[in-house]
Amino acid sequence: MPSWPDGGAAPSAATALQDEENGWRQRLGCGFVPVQSIFAKRLSDARVHLRDADLAAYIDAARVLCRLGRGPEPVLAFLEAWPQAAGRFGQDGLAAIMAWARGIGPTPNGDVLGGFFRALPALADALDGSARLKDYIDLLNAVARHTTVSIHGRHATYASHALPELIRVAPPHLKHVSLAGLRTWAEHGLRHDPHNPQRQADYFAMRSADSRAVFQDQRRGTSLRAHERRMDLYLRAFWNDAAPIIAYSEAFDHLRKPQPYTDDQGLHLPDLRDDRDGVSGLDQYRLILAHLAAHRRLSEPLIADNWSPFQRLCIEYFEDARIDTLVLRRFPGLRKTLLSLHPYPGEHDCDSARESCIRHRLTMLSRAILDPDCDYGNPLLREFVGRFHDRLIRGDSSTQEMAALATEYLVLSRLPSDNLPKIHFADSEIPYRDDNRHLWRFIDLDEDQEEAEVRAPEIPAAPGITHHYPEWDYAAGDYLPDHVTLHEHLHPRGLAEEITRLLEKNAVLARRLTRILDQIKPQGRDRLRRQEDGAELDLDWALRSWIDYRCRHTADARINQDIRHAERDVAVSLLLDLSASLADPIGGAGDRTVLSLAQEAVTLLAWAIDRLGDPFAIAGFHSNTRHEARIWHIKGFSEAWNDDVRARLAALRAGYSTRMGVALRHAGRALSQIRKDKRLLLVLTDGQPADVDVSDPEFLIADARQAVRELERQGVTCHCISLDIRSDEYVQRIFGRHFSVIDRIERLPERLPEIFLTITS
Amino acid sequence: MSHGDMLKDYRVTDEPYYRPVADEIALFTAAYDRRLPVMIKGPTGCGKSRFVEYMAWRLGKPLLTVACNEDMTAADLVGRWLLDADGTRWQDGPLTQAARYGAICYLDEVVEARQDSTVVIHPLTDHRRALPLDKKGELIRAHADFQLVISYNPGYQSLTKDLKPSTKQRFTALRFAYPPPEAEAEILVRETGIDPQLAPPLIELAVSARRLKGHGLDEGISTRLLVYAASLMADGVPATQACRMALIDPLTDDDDIRATLEHAIDALLA
Repeated sequence: MPSWPDGGAAPSAATALQDEENGWRQRLGCGFVPVQSIFAKRLSDARVHLRDADLAAYIDAARVLCRLGRGPEPVLAFLEAWPQAAGRFGQDGLAAIMAWARGIGPTPNGDVLGGFFRALPALADALDGSARLKDYIDLLNAVARHTTVSIHGRHATYASHALPELIRVAPPHLKHVSLAGLRTWAEHGLRHDPHNPQRQADYFAMRSADSRAVFQDQRRGTSLRAHERRMDLYLRAFWNDAAPIIAYSEAFDHLRKPQPYTDDQGLHLPDLRDDRDGVSGLDQYRLILAHLAAHRRLSEPLIADNWSPFQRLCIEYFEDARIDTLVLRRFPGLRKTLLSLHPYPGEHDCDSARESCIRHRLTMLSRAILDPDCDYGNPLLREFVGRFHDRLIRGDSSTQEMAALATEYLVLSRLPSDNLPKIHFADSEIPYRDDNRHLWRFIDLDEDQEEAEVRAPEIPAAPGITHHYPEWDYAAGDYLPDHVTLHEHLHPRGLAEEITRLLEKNAVLARRLTRILDQIKPQGRDRLRRQEDGAELDLDWALRSWIDYRCRHTADARINQDIRHAERDVAVSLLLDLSASLADPIGGAGDRTVLSLAQEAVTLLAWAIDRLGDPFAIAGFHSNTRHEARIWHIKGFSEAWNDDVRARLAALRAGYSTRMGVALRHAGRALSQIRKDKRLLLVLTDGQPADVDVSDPEFLIADARQAVRELERQGVTCHCISLDIRSDEYVQRIFGRHFSVIDRIERLPERLPEIFLTITS
Repeated sequence: MSHGDMLKDYRVTDEPYYRPVADEIALFTAAYDRRLPVMIKGPTGCGKSRFVEYMAWRLGKPLLTVACNEDMTAADLVGRWLLDADGTRWQDGPLTQAARYGAICYLDEVVEARQDSTVVIHPLTDHRRALPLDKKGELIRAHADFQLVISYNPGYQSLTKDLKPSTKQRFTALRFAYPPPEAEAEILVRETGIDPQLAPPLIELAVSARRLKGHGLDEGISTRLLVYAASLMADGVPATQACRMALIDPLTDDDDIRATLEHAIDALLA
């Protein structure tokens, strides 16, 4: 029997409580020892949050969980979590959750219940209401259904690897994506690697790069990537600063919320910004850039070791205020945006008896400096606002001057409570400002850096330039972001004489081509006779007209001649499939391979195009999974058809597979930069797109078709020359009408230039 | 025949406004004293044509301006045979006219003309100072007052739009740029009567846009466009609309650049 120091009424109230608790305990009817031992505490917590009816539902739900045969864990987690989530989800939410729990409890996936309930408060925060809870539960069910492995038609034998990860990862991330976005992300995960549960689990735990890339695409807000060029233009135009803009992600960094910053590499900005306080994400980005760029131009670093942490904080606030003032002086139109984002803390919001008010005080000061209508009454604050503006009346002032002012302000405004561990953070975060790391030089750190610099960086055996390209997923009707890694190399060199010999060997063909070339080669200018307007009098016609006129006939007014300039306006990029099948020998032709014929054909074509004077480029491609697509540079648009190029062409080797879409995108990108009326991308290939890591034959065909469409939109025509006689069906699907199939492969060297000339003349 | 009669219409009677930026007036005068051909290089709308007009007025010579274009042929410069009631009649082109009667012949944006057309000016630009009219069988000795001036914008960076080296070699050159901000502000105020307080933000906008040349803009905002914007503003058009109409929309259809410049207007002219 406990002793009650107050005596009197307390025991009877305590007894009543005890009776009530016993009643609930009986209603729960759960025999697990850990549940019993913690029940009293949970009940008293729940009473704070729940009304009586809700309390009954809460206990009944726990009772059901107790009997699911999953041990005490789900019950414990539920008892702890539900009172915090109940306000958001209500009775409807509870009913939905319990229906799901009853369904999943007896299945092999029943173990996820504990994790689900533990994440419930976070989920309640993110979903805000029970309406979307049902959609979320649907998503869990779908994932469970698709990832639970059933062998030989027996009922689900192995639990899903992905589901527990999803349940753990999703609630905190729902802050960044909509539920629909989460669903799209999850569907990507279900569709890829369906036969590799471990990889799928990595996907749902956001451990894999693909998973993060797809998730990034689904996030809401204004994405920096979509506006990168605008930001570049803005920085260049307004601040004459060509520093690169680098995005960092706020989605995966949980330890410390990163802030924008600037360093030697460039300006670092968050990858995504939500609209906030009526300011669009784009305007926020501009303001961050303005602040950072002004820092880069106007701030000088100080030696951090000379100041205490408080002094540094204070100096940063003053310096930031100086920077903002100068930005506003130059761009008065930014004031509205800036003041909407700058917090306006209430003067008496912070209780200096119980918490440290240093940040609150400095934020108020910063507000008062920037906002002429600010109504803070604190005399010290007003005095320093005045002194701050005095410093900036003539000119820009300086970081040093701000440091002196800040130190003085700190001394005069200092309170004993500033050192309290509890700091008043509310309304003290200024979202467009950076972390001011550029403002401080740490002497110790500098020494470390020097040491680091002494160790010369190793030059990696660079495999060429790396690009990332998306790939089209036809099932999802969407791009897989940065899905293929493309390495671009200079093709190794062989002997240029071999190519010259090839040309000599085909001298007859070359002579015939020359005749065609001379016919279609523009002669520079055409004379147009019998023009009404023209540069010169056409004497023959003028005379005839004159005679008509004198004879009183009707005179023809078309007596001038004019000159029209005719030019070819074509740029060509030739893309060679260098996959392993090119090395196949040709039946009956001795040691000749498809590749050697292709080489011969390309040589003749290149020679012909060079004679015509059209700009052209040549590249080869092959791939070995999506992580290793390669493009081999043979000739660029600005290179002449010289021995270097011929040497590269002489060394052609075949290997690996044909991932066509990425090669098309890459070659098309360079081609679309060329300013010509007609831009032609010729693809020479011997088989359909395929790669070892893709099992669905349709996938790469669909991706190539999509790449062709993208290029058509950019004004690049793709034309395929296929050496596969059975290729009509898929080549037509990829290239539409623009393809030629060469049925007698031995004739490739003469057909290729002919096809080219037919297309372009 | 008195050339005064022939070229009466081409005399510049009123002093055009021109604000010197450096010593270009003295240099041009020196070149004219020796009748050296002058090439004026500079971006569009920076005041090249205005300068030539001003110099013609200052030197008291008639000015024949030819706006060059791609379809222009040698005949358009030199002259051609025409038909009339009595047979054929020779009609002098502007270059021949200027050389015959003594005027400053100004070929504006000369690179727009095809290179083979501009070769006809060669004999006038060296020691010969003569123009052979092969179709007419006449050799014109240039009048003592004759001078050839061409202008061109080296910023196009197009291989086809450049002068032949042999043409370039015949000229002395003056390089123009947009005036410095104070001078440009003075020009705006003098030309349009705009409030002097409003000129600096306009110029800051132009300077910002000029930095985007090569990054999506072929040419920056010119002084001429600034004068247009300032005239609209001086007549009471609100600043943002005047800038959009005169400075942004003529220059670009690129959404990103447009958004950047519109933001600049809002930020600068609030």
